[in-house]
Amino acid sequence: MTDATAQGPDASRPERSGSLIALDERTRRRNRSERRFRLYGLIAIGIGVLALVVLLTSILSQGLPAFQQTFVNASVYLDPAKLDKNGTRDIEEIKKVSTFGYAPLIADAMDRKMESLGIDPEEFGLSDKDALEMISKEAAAQLRRYVIANPDQIGQTVEFRFLANGRIDGYYKGRVTMESAERDSNVSPAQLRLADELKADGALGTYFNWDFITAADASENRPEAAGIGVAIIGSFYMMLVVLFLALPIGVAASIYLEEFAPKNWFTDLIEVNISNLAAVPSIVFGILGLAIFINYVGLPQSAPIVGGLVLTLMTLPTIIISTRASLKSVPPSIRDAALGVGASKMQSVFHHVLPLAMPGILTGTIIGLAQALGETAPLMLIGMVAFVREYPGAPPEGFFDPASALPVQVYNWTTRADPAFVERASGAIIVLLLFLLCMNMIAIILRRRFERRW
Amino acid sequence: MSLVKLTASALAIAAVSATAAAARDNVQVAGSSTVLPYASIVAEAFGENFDFPTPVVESGGSSAGLKRFCEGVGENTIDIANSSRKIRDGEIEACAAAGVADIVEVRIGYDGIVFASQIDGPAFTALEPADIFNALSDKVLKDGEIVDNPYTMWSEFNPELPDVEIIAFPPGTKHGTREVFEEKVILVGCEESGAMEAMIAGGMSEDDAEGACMALRTDGKSVDIDGDYTETLARIDANPNGVGIFGLAFFENNQDKLKVATMGGVMPSTETISTGEYPVSRPLYFYIKKAHVGVIPGLQEYASFFVADEIAGGDGPLAQYGLVADPELAATQAKVEALTTMSEE
Repeated sequence: MTDATAQGPDASRPERSGSLIALDERTRRRNRSERRFRLYGLIAIGIGVLALVVLLTSILSQGLPAFQQTFVNASVYLDPAKLDKNGTRDIEEIKKVSTFGYAPLIADAMDRKMESLGIDPEEFGLSDKDALEMISKEAAAQLRRYVIANPDQIGQTVEFRFLANGRIDGYYKGRVTMESAERDSNVSPAQLRLADELKADGALGTYFNWDFITAADASENRPEAAGIGVAIIGSFYMMLVVLFLALPIGVAASIYLEEFAPKNWFTDLIEVNISNLAAVPSIVFGILGLAIFINYVGLPQSAPIVGGLVLTLMTLPTIIISTRASLKSVPPSIRDAALGVGASKMQSVFHHVLPLAMPGILTGTIIGLAQALGETAPLMLIGMVAFVREYPGAPPEGFFDPASALPVQVYNWTTRADPAFVERASGAIIVLLLFLLCMNMIAIILRRRFERRW
Repeated sequence: MSLVKLTASALAIAAVSATAAAARDNVQVAGSSTVLPYASIVAEAFGENFDFPTPVVESGGSSAGLKRFCEGVGENTIDIANSSRKIRDGEIEACAAAGVADIVEVRIGYDGIVFASQIDGPAFTALEPADIFNALSDKVLKDGEIVDNPYTMWSEFNPELPDVEIIAFPPGTKHGTREVFEEKVILVGCEESGAMEAMIAGGMSEDDAEGACMALRTDGKSVDIDGDYTETLARIDANPNGVGIFGLAFFENNQDKLKVATMGGVMPSTETISTGEYPVSRPLYFYIKKAHVGVIPGLQEYASFFVADEIAGGDGPLAQYGLVADPELAATQAKVEALTTMSEE
């Protein structure tokens, strides 16, 4: 009997080749397709990683030099005959000497420096003017600022570290070569050879460039002096505005929609609209910002407050959606238990549901902020893409002062003519990426530490 | 609850300071991206040497700048519009309609427009406006007839030009440079090549013929660049045979990457442009809103500083950057001092 029942199915099926140990054709096919799928996945990840590596290497290789800068050390004699003709040391009198009046002092300092080192610019076929051109035009401004801050130093000889011209700096970063200098009317190979000589004598050197992080933007005549200080402050102010507006508004809207609002066609409509808004191109918010905040309300152009308001509008849907998701993930038993021991609806939400949803809300907010930090398009319409050299004041007045923003500064620099700005744009991207990395790290840490699973 | 309190107080502070920060103390400038580098050089030097804050300079194009300039009078409107072309009559009317009646026009100097190819690319040493017209226009004159542009090589219509494929990157229509390119190169080339005459003989009115001349070919040999010159430069880098159209200042800052073409046998430089030998140049302007002078601190001073000899003169920083100094600068200075409006001229 047992034999018959065991043989029964065998007879009705096709012959199996080798039971469980040797695989049959169908199993092999299934296994092959799984291996294929894994391979596709690996290829997809590989492409992604490759793209990331290419992007990062290109940005890092172009941008890291921006953190180094070539400087020239010189001791300048602050000649009273040029800076304070009457000898009264009256600050108003001293201010009348423009930066153009300071150039001869630097030329003089360079002369003496080279004399003391035993270098004769004539040997290189350079005039005094050519030698002066090797120093950034920022130097005269630096000197004037110093004299106005320290009028008592007039008549003394003071040590200064001046920025070298962008082309000289480019020579030490590989951007400018002897061949390209041959074709370039802004720099000559003789100047590069003189720079080499000065470097050998220690009068010229490369140092870490703090000014890149703290200084304001500079005009096209002196790319070596440009920095992202104003842009960092502008971005920071905008993030403050976004945080203080988007977080409370977004959380309040989500709590109401999730916990209190009746479920009817009207709340459904709102829900659909919020999801829609999250996908609206950001430039639309810029147009809206220009029309409402600047033209109608009359807020100033290029101000972080307007940028912050526009970015708030853009970030709100993201925050609302993530907040609602984290409110939803709090189990109903928590609410029921709270209501069961006599808490009011509001107490149950604020004492129990909200604290439990907080990690999710904060993560969503930080991701929304990071998105807003990298946004450029809407800011172009409200005048943030501008040449701004003044640092905005302390908040709250500072919110209304003109400022730039990090991504906008990157865009701004990529459109400039001088190749030195390309390096600075990549440098600014590195700083922006570091900020984004920090924010995302905080989001991940918050999620890991505080998230509860039910 | 503290969150709510915090928000409320933040909003209150914002509202209070909104009224406090009403008075604007910096000059605001917007407009042409060609004038932007000059304006930012001046703004920087102005901020360094005066007690006024550094003016804020935006770009965005001549037309966009003039449109914002004409939005009206008041602190939320810009004080100065930079432009790489003269203000149009329609724009003056729009200005007047919005209450901006008194406009001071200031010409700061001249800018050359150059044709350039990749440094390792072909050399264009015999370029004439007619060649550019033949290469880029939609309709050209061939064997006495107006035909759709049949040319694919530069050497087909001028044997002195290199035997390479035509591919050019003119600025897009939102740029002031485009207008100058059309008027001073394409239109001139249209007349010189005889195409204009043939079109009028073929029954077109003069205006229609001009319009037909200035229509560029759309078969991919002429690619409009709506971005900045850096985009044109990137296109040229990728196209060994490409010819790009740049401002003189941009070319001077990228001489190690670009090979400039002569026009009518003349090499573009600040000298040849100031003498008028090099034909393709245009004046650059900025426009001051007279109603804002005396209201916005530093506006008059900024304008005067811009046209001062030490800035806009032949040895000043603007000329160093590539601006061709205006021979009539003294007249401009007097005009800025007296704030002579356009209607008073």
